[in-house]
Amino acid sequence: MIEQVLIAGFGGQGIMSTGQLLAYAGMMEGKHVAWIPSYGPEMRGGTANCGVTVSDTEISSPLVTEPTALIVMNHPSLEKFEKTVLPGGIILTNSSLVHRVSRRSDLGFLAVPANEIAEELGNVRIAANVVLGVFIGYSGAVNTEAAVAALEKVLPARRHKLIPMNKAALERGAALGLAYRREKAAYG
Amino acid sequence: MATVFERPRALTDKPFHYCPGCTHGIIHRLVAEVVDELGVREQTVGVGPVGCSVFVYEYFNCDMVQAAHGRAPAVATGIKRVHPDRFVFTYQGDGDLAAIGTAEIVHAAARGELISTIFVNNAIFGMTGGQMAPTTLIGQKTTTTPFGRDVRANGFPLRVAEMLSTVEGAVYVARVSVHSPVHVARARKAIRKAFEIQLQGLGFSLVEVLSTCPTNWGMTPVEALKWLETKMIPYYPLGEFCTPGTGRQDND
Amino acid sequence: MPRTLMKGNEAFGEGAIRAGCRHFFGYPITPQSEVPHYLAKRLPECGGVFLQAESETASINMAYGAAAAGARVLTSSSSPGISLMQEGLSYLVGSELPCVVVNVMRGGPGLGNIAPAQADYYQAVKGGGHGDYRVMVLAPASVQEIIELMETAFELADQYRNPVMVLGDGILGQMMEPVDLDGEGISSIPSKPWAVTGTQGRTTRNIVNSMCIVPEENEAANLRLANKYNKIRQNEQRWEEYLVNDAEVILVAFGTLARVVKAVADRARDEGIRAGVIRPVTLWPFPDQAFEKVIKFAAKRFLVVELNLGQMLEDVRLAVNGRRPVHFYGRPGGVVPTVREVMERLKQTSEVTDGGDRI
Repeated sequence: MIEQVLIAGFGGQGIMSTGQLLAYAGMMEGKHVAWIPSYGPEMRGGTANCGVTVSDTEISSPLVTEPTALIVMNHPSLEKFEKTVLPGGIILTNSSLVHRVSRRSDLGFLAVPANEIAEELGNVRIAANVVLGVFIGYSGAVNTEAAVAALEKVLPARRHKLIPMNKAALERGAALGLAYRREKAAYG
Repeated sequence: MATVFERPRALTDKPFHYCPGCTHGIIHRLVAEVVDELGVREQTVGVGPVGCSVFVYEYFNCDMVQAAHGRAPAVATGIKRVHPDRFVFTYQGDGDLAAIGTAEIVHAAARGELISTIFVNNAIFGMTGGQMAPTTLIGQKTTTTPFGRDVRANGFPLRVAEMLSTVEGAVYVARVSVHSPVHVARARKAIRKAFEIQLQGLGFSLVEVLSTCPTNWGMTPVEALKWLETKMIPYYPLGEFCTPGTGRQDND
Repeated sequence: MPRTLMKGNEAFGEGAIRAGCRHFFGYPITPQSEVPHYLAKRLPECGGVFLQAESETASINMAYGAAAAGARVLTSSSSPGISLMQEGLSYLVGSELPCVVVNVMRGGPGLGNIAPAQADYYQAVKGGGHGDYRVMVLAPASVQEIIELMETAFELADQYRNPVMVLGDGILGQMMEPVDLDGEGISSIPSKPWAVTGTQGRTTRNIVNSMCIVPEENEAANLRLANKYNKIRQNEQRWEEYLVNDAEVILVAFGTLARVVKAVADRARDEGIRAGVIRPVTLWPFPDQAFEKVIKFAAKRFLVVELNLGQMLEDVRLAVNGRRPVHFYGRPGGVVPTVREVMERLKQTSEVTDGGDRI
C-alpha cells in the first residue's frame, strides 16, 4: 500500500495540521510516512497545500507530484491540481466551497459538504478533518482510531479541549467514506 | 632597591613593530598595565584586528584570537558566550571598527555584550598605505584623498564614541588621547574603568583612544602629537560619553 | 524521546544537541528558519546558548569565537546567507577551528527564490571563500539521516579541526518524517588543549590565528592542510548504493533528489532497464571509490541528476575519468523533476557517448 495525498486549500483552513494528522496516524500504526508543505510567501494568506505519503514500504520520494488522492478545500485548488491525480485515484472536494464536480472520468470523486457538517458539529474550522475522515474511511490508509489518537500530538495543548469536536469530524467523515467505498464496490 | 618601572607581565618580550612615533605602543602598554593591575591576565582572552595592530597576538601575554577584518566584536561575543567568567577584550583600529566592522561593533554594544573594546583612532588607514579612514578629518590629505577629504565626495568623519554612547547596551564609552603624559594617565584610568565595568557584569564598554600616525600623516613624531592635539581633539572631543553612574553625554 | 514526527529543520537542531553542541549563532532566512526557532526553545532547556546575530557575517564570526573557545558550535543559513559566511569559513579553515554549518539551499543566483535547489554545490564543495582549502560536506537525504549526520559532522569537525557543512535543500528542511531518537546523545566532547580559555595556570599562551606572514611558513601551513585533506580523502568517503551490482545504468544524485532517483530506478527495473543508484553522502570528499567499484561490475553509463545546471556532474566525470559516458539531467531555479521526467531522460542515455551534455 502506498497513498500519496495532496491536501489543498487556503490559509486558515487547517490544511497543514490536517496533513500532519494523517502522517502521525500512519506513524503510530508503524507505517512509513512523510509530510511536506508548500512554504514561504505562498503560505501568507494565499493558497496552502501539503503532501502526505503513507506507505507499507520505505518512501523513495516524499514529493507528492502525482497524488493517489486529492483533498481540495477551495475552488482554485481543484483547478490547479485536478489533472495531477493518478488514474484510479480519488478526488474529495469540500462542496461547500467547490461548486463543480471533477471533469475526470478515470477516478473516484466525492463531494463532501464539509463546512456545513463542521458547523453542525460546532466549528467551521474543523471542515478539513471532516474530509480527511472521508479519505480515511474510503481508503483505509490508516484507522480512524489512529487518527483520533494522533489529535493529541498535532493539536497544541491549549487546543486539546477541541479534541472531542475533531474526533466527531473524523468519525462523521469516515462513515461517509466507508459508505462511498461500499457503494462503489457494489455499483462500480 | 625597589623596582619602580618594569615591563608589564601582560606584555610579551616581543619588540613592537610599530613605526617611530606611533602611539600604538603606549596604548598596548596601558592595556597591559590595567590587565596586570586587575589581576586578570590568566583569565583574559584578547581579540586582535586587521590593520597596523594585527600582530597584537604576539604582544599581549595572554590567550589571543586573531579575527577577520572588523569582526572582532562578533568573535569576542562567541568567546564570551562560551566562557562568561573570563575577561574578553578587543583591540581595533578605525578602519577595522568604524568602516568594515560597523555592524559588529554597534550590535555588540546594543546587546550589552560583556566585552571591552579599545578603539584606536588615528584618522587614517595605516597598514594598507595611508588611505582615508571613516575618521579622516575634513580636508585631510590621504593616498585616496590626495586633494584633501571633500565632504561632497567622501562625507563626514564618524564620531564613534558619541554614536555608541546612544546605544542602551553600552554602559561606559569614553574618548581619551595619548599625546601628553597627563592624557596618558587619564587614558589609563578610562581603560581601567572600562575593564572594571565588564568584570562587574554591567555591560558593554569602549574606550576610543586618539592616536598618531606620523608615517602616513607625513610628519615628525612631535609634529604628529601637536596635530592630534590641535586638529583631532577639536573634532573628537575627549571625555566620558556615558558612564554607569552619570548617564549619557557627559563630556568635558 | 522515542519515535516522533519531526521537521528536517528541527532535526538539524536536535541532531546538533544530541552531538553535544550547546552554542548556536544564526540569522533568520527561509527555508531554514525552523532551525533557529527550534534551538531558541531547546538550547536554553539544556543549558546552552542561542543567539540571534545581526547578520550571517556576524553569525559565522561568533561561531569562530565560540569554536576558538573550545565549544561545539553550530550556525545555519540558506544560500544567500551562506555566501556571506564564506569569509568566515576561510578563516575557520585557516585557524583550523572545528565548526558545523548547515545550508538549507534555495534557488539562486541573487535573491532567487525559496524553493528547493542544489545550486550551491560548487560553493560548498570547491570552496566559496579565498585560499586553497576544503570543507567537508555531508548531504543527508532524510530527516532520520539528518540526526545521524549531525553527530558525524561534529565528530569530523573536531577530529580534523576543520569546518563541516551539512548541505540540504528546502524539501529536506521543510518535510516531516518519523525519527528514532534512541539514547541520550553525546555527553562529553573531546578535550581541546589548543582552545583559548585564559591561560589559567597554563605556561604557554594559546593563540588562534590564520596569519602566516612569511611565505615559507604559510606554504608549510598549506601543506599541513593538504596532508589533512589527503587523509580525509582516504578515510572519510561515504555513499549509499542502491541496486548497483547488476546495474547497466547508474543514476547519481545527492540529498532528497536521490530519493526521487531511487523511485526512477525502481520504475526502470519494472520496465526491464537494469538501473541502480549511487548517492554520495559526503560531497567532499567525493566518493570516487564508489565509482571504481561499479565500473568494475556492470555499469555501462551514468546519469547524474541535480537541482542545478550540472555541478556534481564535474566530480562524477572526474571519478569516471572518460571510462564511461556520463549524462546529465538538471532542473535549476527551484524546480524539482518528477519520476516520469527523469525516466524519459534515462531512456535517452547512450552507452556510446554523452556528447558532453549538461541538460
